[in-house]
Amino acid sequence: MSYASGIHTLTIPSATRCLREVRKFVTQHARQAKLTEKHINALILAVDEACANIIEHAYQQNPDHELTITMTIEAKRVVVKIRDHGLPFNREDYQRPNVVELSRKRRSGGLGVDIMRRMMDKVEYNAHENMNEVRLIKFIRQSE
Amino acid sequence: MSNFSVAFRDSDIATILAVCGELDAHTAPELESAIKKCVDEGKIRLIVDGNELEYISSAGLGVFMAYIEEIRALDGDIKICALKPKVFGVFDLLGFPRIYHIVETEEEALSLFNQGIQPV
Repeated sequence: MSYASGIHTLTIPSATRCLREVRKFVTQHARQAKLTEKHINALILAVDEACANIIEHAYQQNPDHELTITMTIEAKRVVVKIRDHGLPFNREDYQRPNVVELSRKRRSGGLGVDIMRRMMDKVEYNAHENMNEVRLIKFIRQSE
Repeated sequence: MSNFSVAFRDSDIATILAVCGELDAHTAPELESAIKKCVDEGKIRLIVDGNELEYISSAGLGVFMAYIEEIRALDGDIKICALKPKVFGVFDLLGFPRIYHIVETEEEALSLFNQGIQPV
């Protein structure tokens, strides 16, 4: 099977109401590229989680900002870059979540980064001056 | 317009919350309000029917985490039924079946309430 390659970009306001549009964008281009349903679902969930985290943490729910999603589909991998100009993600604060512990503490958050890591082959964070970038990488294995 | 809705239905044993659509960071507060409304009305035996739930992200899972302790402390529970395989996969990924009853049918969930069986 061959995969259609391409670079696709979407810019949205930093509002959770736009997450549905993000999922449609990922679905549309992943389907055009003939990725498997398993790969498509993994990408949708990881990109949704990344954008929701930026809206909540980087932009503190302020909808007056923007984030830009660039999806690059290559022969053997898909790379999704999401850029924002909000507060950077502090990796040192991150702890892998435990659902039992979070439930006991009545916490509703803390699962998004774990989902991204489980869905993707690589999750990378970069910060350049005013700009943050998260890169989600999924390798396409034809057997999956 | 929201792409998520919750419909309530009471049985003799439990209150069923039939969820429909996509549960994400935008729509999760609607499920949270629905569960809070039940708890405020003293309805603490809840079954979330996911037959028409098409999508869930961590924000949706977070609603269950936020309420389960409170409800169990009142001797109630939230049981989840009829999830589509894709949606169950997200619950399963993070280990939810270890601490929540996630069953195939509403009848199974009602039966667990009837027998007073709580998750380990």
